[in-house]
Amino acid sequence: MSPQDPIGASNRPPLQLHIPEPPARPGQAPRFDHLPFSPAGAIRRPDPGVAEPEMRDLPYGLIRVLDDEGNAVGPWDPGLDAETLRRGLKVMAQTRAFDDRMFRAQRQGKTSFYMKSTGEEAIGAAQSMMLDRDDMCFPTYRVLSWLWARDYPMLDLVNQIFSNEGDPLKGRQLPILFSARDYGFYSLSGNLGTRFSQAVGWAMASAYRGDTRIALAYVGDGTTAEGDFHEALTFAAVYRAPAILCVTNNQWAISSYAGIAGAESTTFAAKAIAYGLPGLRVDGNDFLAVWAATVWAAERARTNKGATLIEFVTYRAAGHSTSDDPSKYRPAEEAACWPLGDPIERLKTHLIARGEWSAERHTQMEAELADGVRAAVKEGERIGTLGQSKPPVREMFEDVFKEPDWRVLEQRRELGV
Amino acid sequence: MPKMDMIQALNSALDVMMSRDPDVLVFGEDVGYFGGVFRVTDGLQKKHGLKRCFDTPISEGGIIATAIGMGAYGLRPVAEIQFADYILPAFDQLVSEAARLRYRSGGEFWAPITVRSPYGGGIFGGQTHSQSPEAIFAHVTGLKTVIPSNPYDAKGLLIASIEDDDPVIFLEPKRIYNGPFDGHHDRALKTWAESPGSDVPEGHYTVPLGKAAVVREGREATVLAYGTMVHVAKSGIEESGVDAELIDLRSIVPLDIDTIVASVRKTGRCVILHEASRFGGFGGELSALLQERCFYHLKSPIGRVAGWDTPYPHAFEWDYFPGPARLAAALKRVMED
Repeated sequence: MSPQDPIGASNRPPLQLHIPEPPARPGQAPRFDHLPFSPAGAIRRPDPGVAEPEMRDLPYGLIRVLDDEGNAVGPWDPGLDAETLRRGLKVMAQTRAFDDRMFRAQRQGKTSFYMKSTGEEAIGAAQSMMLDRDDMCFPTYRVLSWLWARDYPMLDLVNQIFSNEGDPLKGRQLPILFSARDYGFYSLSGNLGTRFSQAVGWAMASAYRGDTRIALAYVGDGTTAEGDFHEALTFAAVYRAPAILCVTNNQWAISSYAGIAGAESTTFAAKAIAYGLPGLRVDGNDFLAVWAATVWAAERARTNKGATLIEFVTYRAAGHSTSDDPSKYRPAEEAACWPLGDPIERLKTHLIARGEWSAERHTQMEAELADGVRAAVKEGERIGTLGQSKPPVREMFEDVFKEPDWRVLEQRRELGV
Repeated sequence: MPKMDMIQALNSALDVMMSRDPDVLVFGEDVGYFGGVFRVTDGLQKKHGLKRCFDTPISEGGIIATAIGMGAYGLRPVAEIQFADYILPAFDQLVSEAARLRYRSGGEFWAPITVRSPYGGGIFGGQTHSQSPEAIFAHVTGLKTVIPSNPYDAKGLLIASIEDDDPVIFLEPKRIYNGPFDGHHDRALKTWAESPGSDVPEGHYTVPLGKAAVVREGREATVLAYGTMVHVAKSGIEESGVDAELIDLRSIVPLDIDTIVASVRKTGRCVILHEASRFGGFGGELSALLQERCFYHLKSPIGRVAGWDTPYPHAFEWDYFPGPARLAAALKRVMED
């Protein structure tokens, strides 16, 4: 008997290591029957002021407002006017137009890298429109729709993506790891999850000062596995921080499906329960449902009832990034089969059903948005694309500290800048 | 002027800053009602209120992350990590976030946080209550690292750190919280009251970051030290019979390069003393800088006396701890070369 042979184990069945696998791989038919869905209008809307134990069914349902015919139904219908909805539609369409153009720009070698948010445009758009200008969003790299909802100057973002002389981040940061303080968009970094718990600190600071601002933070499904997720929820619950903590569950973390992140037999929203926080599970492709859930969580935060965890159920329709080929790990037609559809198409259908929009107007809007993106990209190209133009090299040495120390000064001289 | 030990001086710094600036708040594990496991935050909650000085969950990553978020909002949080040995769960937040926030956001956001943490050995703290991680932080662009060696400096440096708009790692040598320790563990301990550096003004003052102190002037060699090792160096120099100049760095980053270069150019010899293990320690950086800048003034190779390249042991405390005898031997050696 070697030391590796456990004593007395011979009569027991062998243990088996379980490795979650997605329901379908390339060449197989897409399947989504592992995900719990609810019909539109089926989930109750408790008063945002009630205690968390009164709503432990919510994390296992799916809050939806728009039904398959495009009607807004049920208690979560936020009752938005047509003008607001048209604006939301435009923000989403602009996000997609920008993504498509910048994806091509990367393929043309104008920048090193890009990440699209195709299929997830409703989340940042609705939340950005609904929250106040001085609330702060702690974004991921997949919610640029937040910026378009606040009329961020497109050229500035193009310049950042091209890392050219006009780059607001002075050539220091990877494309789309953006920062836009005046638009309530906190500085992005490549480290997943780190800003989720910083958002809680930001919200605690607002409460400490007796201000009225709230924080909103995003992580993806994959990042919920980071320790920062646990830390954020713990601190948010302990200090009743005025924060809205959002999980954008797009089913995929690069090539690993959400089951690998821990969602095989539960929902991400349900993780809130153990922290004593309310958890909402929301149709992320339903602009009205995203809006309504944000209204609910914001009211809870603004009345000192504390944080809410919201899982937005959506689907990452594009590749993870320009460096990714999703056909290597999932069925090619999976996005087209996604049961919650496309957020732009669904809002468009709703507006048309209300008599507030038309296919012709939509086509015209898309053409205008594409023109706007093309013009901004052209202007950015005039300044320069990656390698053709860059901020003064001196900028490499600025902002390490508030005031440079002798090392930075010496090294700048050494480089001759 | 009142006499204070280092704990009282640090407590006074926090009290002064909390009284002056409502944006200064203090938090960490056991720092609130209880007043901290080393009493540094004693009485602050009672005086300034529950929201100004409070307990946190046992989560170093969460402590630093929330401090960064508060700093980005506009507050000046002073976070405590109970032992520097336990700062590593927050390493990602410190390195990837606090240190880089200003740079990566083009100056839109920054983290004016101070992270206080007791560090260093000589207390039979074993592997996880003795470490000296300053070299790890010195390698991180965007972080400042500050280490006091007496009550006066402790208060002035802590106030300067809190007022600084960059993230500061403030390491407190816990071995000398209650009195200076020269490494002679077999002798009676001195108190701060009978030692220099314990006259501490009650009100506001600062000791600037990036400014070293010449503790003892000398002609024959230079000794560079910080924290507890400043006191070890004093007795080591005495025992060596070498007329050595002793410099207390006080800040690791920013480093007072001018003061140390001037001293080594004057003496032509140098021994660096730190408690952290030698390989990759901050002594390596100091030695390289002096070799680059003082090469033609050096009369002998630069000496390094440091902890051994092992984890900090328990039973072998005084075999590991770089005491005065080891410094004296190193000083004699550089004089012979």
